[in-house]
Amino acid sequence: MIINTYAVRVIYKYEMLRAWDTILQSFASPVISTVLYFVVFGSAIGSRIETVEGVDYGAFIVPGLMMLALLTQSVSNASFGIYFPRFTGTIYEVLSAPISFFEIMLGYVGAAATKSFIIGIIILITAGFFVDLKIAHPLWMMTFLVLTCISFSLLGFIIGLWADNFEKLQLIPMLIITPLVFLGGSFYTIDMLPAAWQTVSLFNPVVYLISGFRWSFFEVSDVSIELSLLMILLFLGICLSIVWWMFKTGYRLKQ
Amino acid sequence: MPAIVSISHLSKVYADGHQALKDINLDIHAGEILALLGPNGAGKTTLISSICGIVNATAGSVTVDGNDIVTAYRATRSMIGLVPQELTLGAFESVWDTVCFSRGLFGKKPDPVYLQQLLKDLSLWDKKDSEIMALSGGMKRRVLIAKALSHEPSILFLDEPTAGVDVELRKDMWAIVRRLQQSGVTIILTTHYIEEAEAIADRVGVINKGELLLVEERQALMQKLGKRQMVIELEQTIDTIPDSLASWSLELSAGRHQLTYTYDSRNPDTNIAELLRAVDKAGLLLKDVNTSQSSLEDIFISLVKT
Repeated sequence: MIINTYAVRVIYKYEMLRAWDTILQSFASPVISTVLYFVVFGSAIGSRIETVEGVDYGAFIVPGLMMLALLTQSVSNASFGIYFPRFTGTIYEVLSAPISFFEIMLGYVGAAATKSFIIGIIILITAGFFVDLKIAHPLWMMTFLVLTCISFSLLGFIIGLWADNFEKLQLIPMLIITPLVFLGGSFYTIDMLPAAWQTVSLFNPVVYLISGFRWSFFEVSDVSIELSLLMILLFLGICLSIVWWMFKTGYRLKQ
Repeated sequence: MPAIVSISHLSKVYADGHQALKDINLDIHAGEILALLGPNGAGKTTLISSICGIVNATAGSVTVDGNDIVTAYRATRSMIGLVPQELTLGAFESVWDTVCFSRGLFGKKPDPVYLQQLLKDLSLWDKKDSEIMALSGGMKRRVLIAKALSHEPSILFLDEPTAGVDVELRKDMWAIVRRLQQSGVTIILTTHYIEEAEAIADRVGVINKGELLLVEERQALMQKLGKRQMVIELEQTIDTIPDSLASWSLELSAGRHQLTYTYDSRNPDTNIAELLRAVDKAGLLLKDVNTSQSSLEDIFISLVKT
């Protein structure tokens, strides 16, 4: 067999069913959180800010909120998906099966990315109930959406392989991902910051994601669309390389 | 019989420096039941895990049906089923879902007819919709076997299959193993229960501190290394063994009414008849005579202590 498609399918299906079994936690919870953000930032605070770069503030924060949910959900879904079989010991079956690292990754990361993608679409539809939303470049929007889901699911997969306890599993999403998203321009453009902080922000990779994603909606961006795309592809490449190395060496998987 | 698994100079040193396997060489024959016997920490699980791809060996090579387990891992792993020692199962999925998952993982297209028969053979069919967490320990063990057999492997590794199970279930497991062998599956099981190896194995390998001490046909091993003992029970008690019997190296029991004669079963001339005549001549009255073969356990203990 060249590719063990059955194995990819069963892993993918198993992971998707897990999300379905915990539908409230998987899908309803991020949607409720996003609605709360709309109420607080969009309506309460946003009513005092008329527009940003000519875009209604309520609509302006939609791409940022979507990114916030996508990044945290991608990381959390993928990290838990691979960490749990390691924790319970059922990973032995995957390791002893005729399946390559690429196929294992395809199953787990594919499912996590799909779940995040669904959440992103649900949030987008939900946002439509609150603000008047127009998407200037739907194809670019979908490209950024898919690439973000895949690359951050890969990051989550790496965290799930690296973590050896539940605390570490939560550590990176809590201490790194959330601050990066909040400081990455979810609720503002970076030119609203003092000059020094604008420079610091350019070292935050999430700035490029949110900027590119927002551009696909409103044609408003902090950095060029090409740079945003390049950064996310670079991030994707780095994550793929790390996963490849982990499987090649058996890091935290094989003794 | 041809070797279906060939292990050559296999060694494993863990990151903490512990050498779990030391230059293991072993051929496993197609269709046999090989029992790997050894105390806890002997290296049995490491050996199995290395063959199955769960542990990376430090040195050496393994071929399965002529294919290298590293370079041709898809071919070799497709042939192998593994039942781990621990009851490592998900909690919430059903028995049916978990065996379907295992079959797919090993690259086999769905086959509900085969899986149905498999679950029936393992007395799991009426539990097919049950959540795994609701099953007893014995049933979970059967589910692990079902998962390992779901992709129709020709080689089955059973790591301590009867650890912690009651006598009835143990005998049930042995019956399952024998049935599998009859269907053509090669079985390698690790155990530290001597009686298990004695009851079902065709060959026995003894492993201790990472070294494979020996691999022998079970019967041949017992004949080769086994000692026989004859216990002569007397009608009367005696204080000392008569001088006329001194050359036989007999032992007098604490109750002073039994004489024990230990002899080598490999020696065709056991002199038993001569001994019995000598006992009669010494004026001792026989009440009963019993002979017994040393068990595999005795052999095992003598091997691991050396």
